[in-house]
Amino acid sequence: MEKLLMKGSEAIAEAAVRAGCKLFFGYPITPQNEIPEYMSKRLFQVGGAFVQAESEVAASNMIYGSAAVGERVMTSSSSPGMALKQEAISYCAGAELPVVIVNIMRGGPGLGGIQPSQSDYWQATKPGHGDFHSLVLAPASIQEAVDLVMDAFDLADQYRNPVLILADGLIGQMMEPVTFRQPTERVFDKSWAVTGCVDRKPNIVNSLFLQPQDLEDHNHKLFRKYAQMEREEVRVEEYLMDDAELAIAAYGTTARIARTAVDAARTEGIKVGLIRPITLFPFPKAAFERYVGQVKVLLDVEMSMGQMIEDVRLAVHDRIPVRFYGRVGGMVPSPGEILDQIRTLAQEVSQ
Amino acid sequence: MQYDVIIAGFGGQGVMLIGQLLSNAAMMQGSRTVWMPSYGPEMRGGTANCTIIVSDEEIGSPVVPHPHAVIAMNRPSLDKFEPLLQPGGLLIINASLIDRKAARDDVDVIYVDANRLAEAEIGSAKSANMIMLGAYIGRTGAATPEIVKSAIAKKMVGKEKFLPANEAAIDLGMKIAAEQA
Amino acid sequence: MSAEEKIVFSYPTGLTTKNTHYCPGCLHGVAHRLVAETIDELGIREKTVGMAPVGCSVLAYEYFGCDMVQASHGRAPAVATGVKRARPDLYVFSYQGDGDLASIGLAEIIHAANRGEKITVIFYNNAIYGMTGGQMAPTTLVGMKTTTTPTGRDPGERGAGNPIRMAELLATLFTPVYITRQSLLTPQDILKAKRAIKRAFQLQNTGFTFVELVGTCPTGWGMTPSESNDWAGEKMVPVFPIGVFRDTEKGI
Repeated sequence: MEKLLMKGSEAIAEAAVRAGCKLFFGYPITPQNEIPEYMSKRLFQVGGAFVQAESEVAASNMIYGSAAVGERVMTSSSSPGMALKQEAISYCAGAELPVVIVNIMRGGPGLGGIQPSQSDYWQATKPGHGDFHSLVLAPASIQEAVDLVMDAFDLADQYRNPVLILADGLIGQMMEPVTFRQPTERVFDKSWAVTGCVDRKPNIVNSLFLQPQDLEDHNHKLFRKYAQMEREEVRVEEYLMDDAELAIAAYGTTARIARTAVDAARTEGIKVGLIRPITLFPFPKAAFERYVGQVKVLLDVEMSMGQMIEDVRLAVHDRIPVRFYGRVGGMVPSPGEILDQIRTLAQEVSQ
Repeated sequence: MQYDVIIAGFGGQGVMLIGQLLSNAAMMQGSRTVWMPSYGPEMRGGTANCTIIVSDEEIGSPVVPHPHAVIAMNRPSLDKFEPLLQPGGLLIINASLIDRKAARDDVDVIYVDANRLAEAEIGSAKSANMIMLGAYIGRTGAATPEIVKSAIAKKMVGKEKFLPANEAAIDLGMKIAAEQA
Repeated sequence: MSAEEKIVFSYPTGLTTKNTHYCPGCLHGVAHRLVAETIDELGIREKTVGMAPVGCSVLAYEYFGCDMVQASHGRAPAVATGVKRARPDLYVFSYQGDGDLASIGLAEIIHAANRGEKITVIFYNNAIYGMTGGQMAPTTLVGMKTTTTPTGRDPGERGAGNPIRMAELLATLFTPVYITRQSLLTPQDILKAKRAIKRAFQLQNTGFTFVELVGTCPTGWGMTPSESNDWAGEKMVPVFPIGVFRDTEKGI
């Protein structure tokens, strides 16, 4: 397979097209503009369509429409724009529509900044109104972003649920060599889609249940899907955890930076490892729980004020102390800063 | 072995381009590589910079606070990145546009009169960036000139007439690096 | 059926047989029927997808006999865009009220119209928010009392604005191919409205088509159905004049 040096945003867009994405609706916002720009050229080559929508609100409702007819569809945005997409994402979850959404995160709150950030962990994993989850995938390299985007379309179709790619501005902007695998060609039942009621009763795509019992039943149905995701879709990478006494919890680019710090600490004889959640929902609880009794301190590192740390703490239920190191506002932690944190904890643990 | 370099200059000096060429060359020779740009309003006519990492092993942090090398195409870039250079690192200064010498005495410095040489010897001031890239690979060996030239050829499909000038600029940069060794 | 018997009236297949929840005298039912008859007459029920809005007609997805999508408040033109761009071979319509279309969904309707989305928008204008209990709509007349303009809509000191005329507003755009306002207040009006809806569907695949219908809300207005029809004729029609504002095929 040919290797191509590609920018993250463009690689994500290309992966979507290769996975069969035929429609893209977006709205400009930094730092993800390369995705709509790429799609505006590429989709017309494969008989698809691109629309620059009037707002993120409209774009996300357009994907709701295209998903309703059973086509593979994607939108992308960045943090403040994602807030506007929450409405339609909730409707997609409620109406059980498969959609793929990419969030290239920037700093907040408010207009915030445009530099890399991970301050949308909450917005991604604890999203919009109503009881629902998106399946959230967090790549740490361009190759992984490509692979996860291709998986995202299958997962969305399998679960009839929104799948979110959550990446920081570094993943969106940097270039790395990538290869594109063949799509799986899995076939999914789309008999529910509104394609015209030829030889069948009309289909209705809907999230309104006015009878309380109906809505409760519907919520339980959705949560059976989330329970299945928790059983079958958890993805996590563990690095040098076999003998680790200290462990770092980090995802996305931060996990790569932490990995460099872990390598440096190991050369100093510090037994430290790394647990990198790849699915943020379902969260890899078991991967953390497994180390109760072995790991003495967990260090959660994020480009936020501490959002994923809540799920890490829930996973270990106070049986491992969890510390935090974060940079925000577009400040990216350096391997040296994380190494300093590791050294301090190593000293603490040895005392 | 890991090579990392920050390439910085004004928008329009082609710093992003030579960074991508270096990264492409690294990929073509089978190395791991990352190209990471600065982005945002600073790209609109201001200074631009990118970080390139070339490595035999999986690349962890794409962020390099203290690079092994800096290619400074203009004065603001030199002022910003010279202090961050690792001791023993490599500093390549575009002497055509930078009116000062290196302040550090613990780094290896190459002065390249890139803009003037590009005009005088290559016939186009636009080749200044390629001369700088030639000097970098000449001194570090992060990529071979042959592979860099094929990366250029790949990038310039349809514009082959500019290829000889760019190849000559790479060779010239390598020559300068060798002369100042 | 004997030779003397002749069917003069039947239920359109474009409607389901479900009883609607609309109040007595409300003209939504009439508007639904006109759309359904059009779908039947054009023989397109099996290739039509409709968008239901949020508002009184939120349950339209239960009443139309074709595939239906329920849209979030005001976004029906965006959802319709997603449907039509994915499946240009389908007939796509949205059915929206004045709060949905002219207030929260203003951006979506203007941009769908401006892009020339090949859809038909049916806009039921009765100058009030019905479902939520009679609040001011963007089309509420000046001086009209609603639960949020208890002393009457006041564009002056209270800063409540003037009624927005959507047909005229959309007709300022270059792209749409058909824009009309009709009313549902008399049998003659209804026949004209039917012709307009049918023309909109027939022109749908040439561009954006829009039919505004002046209707009533006896419950929200606090009137009997016949008083409502009279009042709408006297008060609404002068503000919302009946007419064709764009028909590019006819040079309008």
